[in-house]
Amino acid sequence: MDNKKTVIEVSDATVRFNRASQQVNNLKEYVIKALKKELMFQEFLALQDVNLQVRQGEAWGIVGTNGSGKSTLLKLICGILRPYKGTIYVEGKIAPLIELGAGFDGELTARENVLLNGTLMGYSEKLMKEKFEEIVEFAELQNFLDMPIKNYSSGMAARLGFSVATMVQPDILICDEVLSVGDYKFQEKCEGRMRNMLASGTTLLYVSHSVESVKKICDHALWLDRGRVKMSGKVMDVCATYMSC
Amino acid sequence: MNKMKTRFQVLYNYRHLIKQLVTKDIKLKYRRSFLGYVWSVLNPLMVMVVMYLVFSHMFRFEVENYPAYLIIGQTLFTFMTEATNQAIFSITGNGPLLKKVYVPKYVFTLSKVTSSLVNLLFSMGAMIIVFIITRVQFSWAMLFFPVILMEIYIFSLGLGLFLAEAAVFFRDIQYIYNVLTTAWMYLTPIFYPMEQLPEVMQKAISIFNPMYQYITQFRTIVLEQTLPSITDVAYGFGIAFVFLFFGSWAFIRKQDDFILYI
Repeated sequence: MDNKKTVIEVSDATVRFNRASQQVNNLKEYVIKALKKELMFQEFLALQDVNLQVRQGEAWGIVGTNGSGKSTLLKLICGILRPYKGTIYVEGKIAPLIELGAGFDGELTARENVLLNGTLMGYSEKLMKEKFEEIVEFAELQNFLDMPIKNYSSGMAARLGFSVATMVQPDILICDEVLSVGDYKFQEKCEGRMRNMLASGTTLLYVSHSVESVKKICDHALWLDRGRVKMSGKVMDVCATYMSC
Repeated sequence: MNKMKTRFQVLYNYRHLIKQLVTKDIKLKYRRSFLGYVWSVLNPLMVMVVMYLVFSHMFRFEVENYPAYLIIGQTLFTFMTEATNQAIFSITGNGPLLKKVYVPKYVFTLSKVTSSLVNLLFSMGAMIIVFIITRVQFSWAMLFFPVILMEIYIFSLGLGLFLAEAAVFFRDIQYIYNVLTTAWMYLTPIFYPMEQLPEVMQKAISIFNPMYQYITQFRTIVLEQTLPSITDVAYGFGIAFVFLFFGSWAFIRKQDDFILYI
């Protein structure tokens, strides 16, 4: 295991949000607050000095209560957020499943959305057209292709989203609690696909509130608590400690 | 220099996405409307007719071939306002998406301005109809029009990037800008001839109003059948690139903070 190269390295990452800035987004308030000298930075650290080293082919589960920084960590790794301190190193192509169908436009049909979503992830149109049949087949939505996505149920949209995001095997798959909307059968199908990818060398980062599914899929785990790493290591040890408190 | 090279590389890699976004905008614009794309031609034509009736009966301006004069100014100015107004919302409007997928953010601004350009090309159909009806003499000089559109496109992109960036931090921009474009419209000789204004104004407008530059160049190639002077074109491109430079500079400088404010 040790000779595999590191594909994700997060060192001492701190993410800072400004709690106060939520309210000041117009000029009037800005001027008033600036005059009153209330424009203070109310900082909130969503992550503090997080370290994580993931080697190729490992599957990491990230557990923790709501607001513990799990999604923030994933966004950091995807490049959506920049760390305030610390560094992030990622090697390889990431397939981010932070929200299934995040790039879908409700007015467009499924057919058009597949193209849009694929290019959003940086794939070429040609590739998307080649893979189209495969995507639809996996999502089992053959009969609804020319319907605007806004008429889809959330489960159907999620199927399509998962199917598009995983059609090309990525180097790193990032999965944030996205399977919970699909029905049982589809969840199993997705897990199956994830396992296949793992078997052929994809690295996985998996966030879920279901400790059972983390245990089932992952071999390592990271436990976050209020932005700090509480424990990291083998999945069984971490999950056992996490469950016991 | 290297950094610039990687930026262009990234832009090139996302060309498919830009194309998809532009197609999406065009497709959705007239989806479910009865006449569809015909509106792109019909709309400017009808607005032109209204303005023509108003300004040739209520206020009289001595302009030769007034309908053609009017539609050129109106179409180009509408493009600029549409492009920049779309650009303002390009980042804030795509907030939910930007929080979930990593995409270079300027892609959205760029694609909005580009889809406005495609719209402009459609509405040039209206221009051509007016030219034919009013018997404008066609000449080789007209083929110069892509160069002028390029100037306006670059200018609008620069301004759009700046506005999009500013709107992330201050949502007020959209309202202020609305007022500004109204003032700007009246300060641009769209429906009146430049000579109507006092001399000082004329001078100020020809220097500080790039839209006047672009519209005048277009009128020159259509109504006077000659190419615009090289200094005018150079000046037009000069201003356009200054805007593009400052716009992208402001945008890139702040883009990593966007996520915290959208």
